[in-house]
Amino acid sequence: MVFQQKHILGLKELTAEEINLILDTAESMKEVSQRDVKKVPALRGVTVVNLFFEPSTRTRSSFEIAEKRLSADVLNFTPTQSSVVKGETLLDTARNLEAMGATVIVIRHAMSGAPWLLARELESSIVNAGDGSHEHPSQALLDLFTVREVKKEIQGLKVVIVGDILHSRVARSNIWGFIKLGAEVRLVGPPTMMPQDVEKMDVKVYYNLEEALRGADVVIMLRIQMERQGSGLFPSLREYSRFYGLTRERLKLAKEDVMLMHPGPINRGVELSSEVADDVHSVILDQVTNGISVRMAMLYLVATGGGNA
Amino acid sequence: MRVLIKGGRVIDPSQEINQTANILIEDGKVKSFPKDIKKLEKESDLQVIDARGNIVSPGFIDLHVHLREPGFEHKETIRTGCEAAAAGGFTSVVCMPNTNPVNDNASVTEYILLKARTEGIVNVFPIGAITKGEKGEILAEIGEMWEAGCVGISDDGWPVMNSNLMRHAMEYVKAYGIPVISHAEDLNLSADGVMNEGFTSTILGLRGIPNASEEVMVSRDITLAELTGAHLHIAHVSTAGAVRLIRDANKRGVNVTAEATPHHFSLTDKVVLNYDTNAKVNPPIRGENDVEAIKEGLKDGTIDVIATDHAPHSEDEKKVEFDLAPFGISGLETALPLSLQLVKDGVLTLPELIKKLTVSPAKIIGIDRGTLKTGAIADVVIFDPDKSVKVDREKFRSKGKNTPFHGWELSGCVLHTIVGGKVVFSG
Amino acid sequence: MPTKVVMDSETVSRTISRISNQILERNKGPSEIVVIGIRTRGIHIAERIVNQIEKLEGIRPPLGTLDITLYRDDFRRKSEWPKVQKTHIPFSVEDKNVILVDDVIYTGRTTRAAIEAIMDYGRPASIQLVAFVDRGHRELPIQADYVGSKIVTLQSETVEVHLQETDGIDEVVVVGK
Repeated sequence: MVFQQKHILGLKELTAEEINLILDTAESMKEVSQRDVKKVPALRGVTVVNLFFEPSTRTRSSFEIAEKRLSADVLNFTPTQSSVVKGETLLDTARNLEAMGATVIVIRHAMSGAPWLLARELESSIVNAGDGSHEHPSQALLDLFTVREVKKEIQGLKVVIVGDILHSRVARSNIWGFIKLGAEVRLVGPPTMMPQDVEKMDVKVYYNLEEALRGADVVIMLRIQMERQGSGLFPSLREYSRFYGLTRERLKLAKEDVMLMHPGPINRGVELSSEVADDVHSVILDQVTNGISVRMAMLYLVATGGGNA
Repeated sequence: MRVLIKGGRVIDPSQEINQTANILIEDGKVKSFPKDIKKLEKESDLQVIDARGNIVSPGFIDLHVHLREPGFEHKETIRTGCEAAAAGGFTSVVCMPNTNPVNDNASVTEYILLKARTEGIVNVFPIGAITKGEKGEILAEIGEMWEAGCVGISDDGWPVMNSNLMRHAMEYVKAYGIPVISHAEDLNLSADGVMNEGFTSTILGLRGIPNASEEVMVSRDITLAELTGAHLHIAHVSTAGAVRLIRDANKRGVNVTAEATPHHFSLTDKVVLNYDTNAKVNPPIRGENDVEAIKEGLKDGTIDVIATDHAPHSEDEKKVEFDLAPFGISGLETALPLSLQLVKDGVLTLPELIKKLTVSPAKIIGIDRGTLKTGAIADVVIFDPDKSVKVDREKFRSKGKNTPFHGWELSGCVLHTIVGGKVVFSG
Repeated sequence: MPTKVVMDSETVSRTISRISNQILERNKGPSEIVVIGIRTRGIHIAERIVNQIEKLEGIRPPLGTLDITLYRDDFRRKSEWPKVQKTHIPFSVEDKNVILVDDVIYTGRTTRAAIEAIMDYGRPASIQLVAFVDRGHRELPIQADYVGSKIVTLQSETVEVHLQETDGIDEVVVVGK
């Protein structure tokens, strides 16, 4: 099948078939990363701009390496150093980049929907590297890839996502992805951090971590943002980690071969105890490795796909 | 100059007229309803408007419009706002005080009225602020603003969070016999929300404004109205719970009236699914339940009037990230066709609809308009309720092209708008 | 569509033998060679060659598979973009004689892409090309070292190599328009 999408804005818009195509392509890309010369000329001469409004060394580096391995020309644009400080709008900034020849714009922004605005107004392909609380497709895709590598089939797996679901774009993208590929998804967190009507996404909501962990195949821990303390959503980090922090004992409630995942960076001692972060079940570092292959696949398919051919 | 409107179906709810009739206008007033016009037609100094096959009604009155002048002339001016009103069939508009400077004293009121007299082609009735600068701290000079011509008070754009202050405002305004118009929103509950709180806001990752934010304030304001005996008018009702509270208050005999906007009875929050900032409005567009409740409220009279909350913004201001876009829909020029849909759907009869746009709003602000009785000022609108129109925002007279209805196929078209006996718009 | 069989099952077999022998002759034995088949049918031909060499010499040269989709030069001109398949080269090409195997050589672009890909794995001592069928119409200055069969074709025709493994029968056909 040919990848028809001109943009990758979120997993909500992708079919299961398209998701699988990205994952299959990522497998080939993973092989490229294992060679001595980790490069293929597929995106030679294509200008890709990393437009990161939110600071993020890890996602941006991952995209950058992916772009370079595809031989693309990479431009990193971080607006704190530039004209956005002078009051330039998002659209004007992006239009300028397009005028310089950007074919693909990878955008991370603090506000939900920013990539949609660009997709509507520009000619370039837009890849969403995380927008506000909305979606983080590359993270979910690499999570799916990591699980598929080990478990072979996503269908029927019990996936548990723990933490501040309300503010999490990683959670939303993962929910779409895992549900579309046939997994059972459970959400756990304090009631104040569960979004309105989230059960309509076909997930089960728990407020009790132990209950949710029973028989889990995959556990995805979300980062709790320190700034949320004192916001009225939960009383203290201490209380949060007592009830929702993952410890070895709690992890034992899951299946023996459970996979422990986290989008990073980890707050040791808050959402994860230190021992559990380094535990044999943790695939957190694999996620990072796979991130590059998955991002290579996304960029490759979008740049060569139906929208741009 | 005399005007003869011939052969139209005249619907005037103030006189319970609904029949084909001719109207003769002289010296800017409704002179008579002549039966035989053959001789009259031939007279000189007479402008004849053929309204056969169309509806003739009192000109519409919009209780909730933002004319943006003074201070925000890039969004709209009194001139362009009035042109938009005329194109929408409105002969009178009531403008909100959240200008810059805020209309919280007689000089700003006088400025607005002066501009309206010289540049506005429809009647403009200003609302004065409840508190100075709309800051919600101390009362504005309500008496002087009333003297200068304000027909009501409101801090629209903001609620008055301090209940004691709202109480005082309601008591104080009794001396002038004008209504307190409440923008019902609890700022703590709506806390930076940008759309309706619900499933759509969850999947979009946008902060939601819960129904409770409006209902908590509607409940408080009704309670204060009961306490003080003031006339409370609830602006832009958007939730089922608010409709219920107002209905119950009506049953108890509280002096409360309410309005709803066309966008609140024509859209659900799914319209925001592609982050269209043209649908970003406060109070936000809600869910199906709420839309149904508003229609019920219109039908059983809980909601007395339809008002647009016309809130124009420049294109640049709306072409930004959803969180950053200002709230508002430019509504004057889509109000009629959207409201006629209610007639098509059997929610209201045509006379009932016209009542909500004419005699009911006039009564709320105490102006002698919204009627075609003999001797009344000739504010008339002639429209074709069945003509197909495709909404084209580029053709709007308003500077604000921010509408979620662009491209919609509707019916209902204003043919002529007459203010004080003078034709100010022909479509 | 008129179809002409230009090689039958027995001829295919003999050709594989001949090519295997030629490879051994030129490289003076099996020890310094590695065999890489280009997807899709090149892989099966490569496998048969490796089997034949093993039969003749008792040594089985390493076998790899190569997908050249990421190296194509007609990128962004096609609306039907093939899915990227796996490349599996589990050995070093450094200082080896790489026997590259493809089913049909035509314009030469696939071979160019394959050469570029192999160079990204290291520096081979040589790259030698096996083309089971050479159908002419080269667009690049590329020649096969070992040719199964050279046939004259029209550009409007297609050449199909059918193999037991994929098509149930060994034959080479030319399909006219």
